[in-house]
Amino acid sequence: MTANTTREITYLEAVREAMVQEMRLDQEVFLIGEDVGTYGGAFGVSKGMLEEFGPERIRDTPISEAAIAGAATGAALMGMRPIMEIMFMDFLTISMNQLVNAAAKMRFMFGGKCSIPMVIRAPSGSGTGAAAQHSQSLEAWFVNVPGIKVVAPSSPYDAKGLLVTAIRDNNPVLFMEHKLLYRMKGPVPEESYRIPLQSAEVKREGRDLTIVAYSIMVPRALEAAEKLAVEGIEVEVVDPRCLKPLDVDTIARSVSKTGRALIAHEAPVTGGFGGELAAVIVASEAFDYLDAPIRRLAGRDVPIPYNRTLERAAVPQVEDIVAAARALAQEGK
Amino acid sequence: MTVLTPEIETAAPPSSQRLLKELPREKLAWMLQRMCEIRYFEEKAEDLYIRGQVHGTMHLSIGQEAASVGSIATLRPEDLIIHHHRGHGHTIAKGANLTTMMAEFLGKEPGYCRGRGGSMHIADIPGGNLGATGVVGGGIPTAVGIALALQMRRTDQILLSYFGDGATNEGEFHESLNMASTWKLPVVFICDNNQYGMSMHVTKVMNIQHISERAASYGIPGQSVDGNDVLAVYEAVLAADEHARSGQGPSLIDLMSYRWRGHSKSDRNLYRTPQEIDEWKHKCPIRRFKQVLVDGGVMTRDEVEGIDQTAKTAIDHAAEEALTFPEPSPENMEAEVYAP
Repeated sequence: MTANTTREITYLEAVREAMVQEMRLDQEVFLIGEDVGTYGGAFGVSKGMLEEFGPERIRDTPISEAAIAGAATGAALMGMRPIMEIMFMDFLTISMNQLVNAAAKMRFMFGGKCSIPMVIRAPSGSGTGAAAQHSQSLEAWFVNVPGIKVVAPSSPYDAKGLLVTAIRDNNPVLFMEHKLLYRMKGPVPEESYRIPLQSAEVKREGRDLTIVAYSIMVPRALEAAEKLAVEGIEVEVVDPRCLKPLDVDTIARSVSKTGRALIAHEAPVTGGFGGELAAVIVASEAFDYLDAPIRRLAGRDVPIPYNRTLERAAVPQVEDIVAAARALAQEGK
Repeated sequence: MTVLTPEIETAAPPSSQRLLKELPREKLAWMLQRMCEIRYFEEKAEDLYIRGQVHGTMHLSIGQEAASVGSIATLRPEDLIIHHHRGHGHTIAKGANLTTMMAEFLGKEPGYCRGRGGSMHIADIPGGNLGATGVVGGGIPTAVGIALALQMRRTDQILLSYFGDGATNEGEFHESLNMASTWKLPVVFICDNNQYGMSMHVTKVMNIQHISERAASYGIPGQSVDGNDVLAVYEAVLAADEHARSGQGPSLIDLMSYRWRGHSKSDRNLYRTPQEIDEWKHKCPIRRFKQVLVDGGVMTRDEVEGIDQTAKTAIDHAAEEALTFPEPSPENMEAEVYAP
């Protein structure tokens, strides 16, 4: 990364730039999904790509999420590198047979004699007033399926570097793009670069407690950490970035240092990925350093409501993280 | 409703007589041998199961041999197939090594999928068999992607996508045929219509006479064919192949046949009568093809029975050898899940 080519772009532009650069390098990479062409994608991520790459590689589809997933899976089986855009992560419910029973399993089920290099780009999360069927965070379902990798970047820099890696990966990779992060700006190098998938990052250092957060919860945790710093509580924020495969070491090292762990995610708490994070912390060397129980701050066990007040209340906000972290910092003292 | 229990002619229709003259004798002999190998493979599979030498499940296609052989006989070596749980026939017709295939059926390490797939998921990827899926209709969307790759790479290969009659009631069938026809993909959709989705007869689960009628809603050719007549199957699928290969897109070919055995190993056939099964056994596609070959003067009775015996011996040898193969090791299975 050289400073003179780095400029500020949005998360959405970073995602687009990763796709564009990979498509320029490799004819076998293509984008397939609903309204990705002339419309530019429901959120505008593929805007302008049709003009550069044409309708064959920026492929508009019928509203057929099972067939879109099948088209990506089959093309990947043939050695191409499709990027499938699902308009909303919620619609992956219709793609599940292809993703879970075909894409994830073919390699193992056929004795390791094929691979499925594809990316499933999925706008996720609440906060846009889109209600219960356009706001979900379904990562826990996919993490529980051997054969799929799951990535959830929290910044423009991470989005570009992780997407390039995901496109180059020889397996199905679910790439979660939080809708509220699309407009977030940050420094991103113009040239292509890769971030290894299994690499958590310490987003902020601190001594008093660790917040393990991913996707939208990372900027919220960082904002909470600023507020807590004023009170003298120094929070360390660790972003796994990739949920599967998971970089347990970086998380365990941080919790060993601080002795306290707060896990934050937007998906409903019951059966959420936070349970897995808590389990790997307990099973690691960090267990001996824990000064307080591990706490989970996650979405409430409700469908995402439409009303703004209810919607905010359904998932952790900055003030919720501040309160939970403050309490945890004092717990057992 | 009688349409889906067609009276199968015992003499070949005129088209078959023409094909009998046009096709080289070696091709016809190849077809008979593959049909016999499928029959003997599945009888052997059943026997091994009864003797307790097989751990898992299986779905037999005995009675449907003409459909898989007649269709795959139309392909060029570089063409591809994707198929379904009742897939022993397609696998053998596509040229599988019988011992490697039997080894997979037995769950052995040297099997096609190293014992990870079993009867329901045999794939021979270098041989153009892109695998069998066990979720009804689940191979059809994947077929769209395979055919899309063939089209984007400007190859002149085609894909045969097989599924059963029950699969045509799945949403994935509709999404996929619509998408493939919209993009004129080089795929032929082939319905192995054995008239039953597990216990449900087609007439109880759809309000049309022929599954091929569904082609009309995708603007593609559709044809229902006597799936017990290997030459009629060949003729129909070859035309669909040419349609696909020339860039005109997919077709839907409904190969009407009948499965003699139950859905899987636990089926007690409560949904049909022994008389019905016997009637269809009298329409055996192998016996019928042998008769056509003899009556057409292509081969003598001794020659067709010689081919039959060759097939039987090949299956016996494959089973004997595969039974001696090693079991896979459960160590490091996790390392196989992801590609490097």
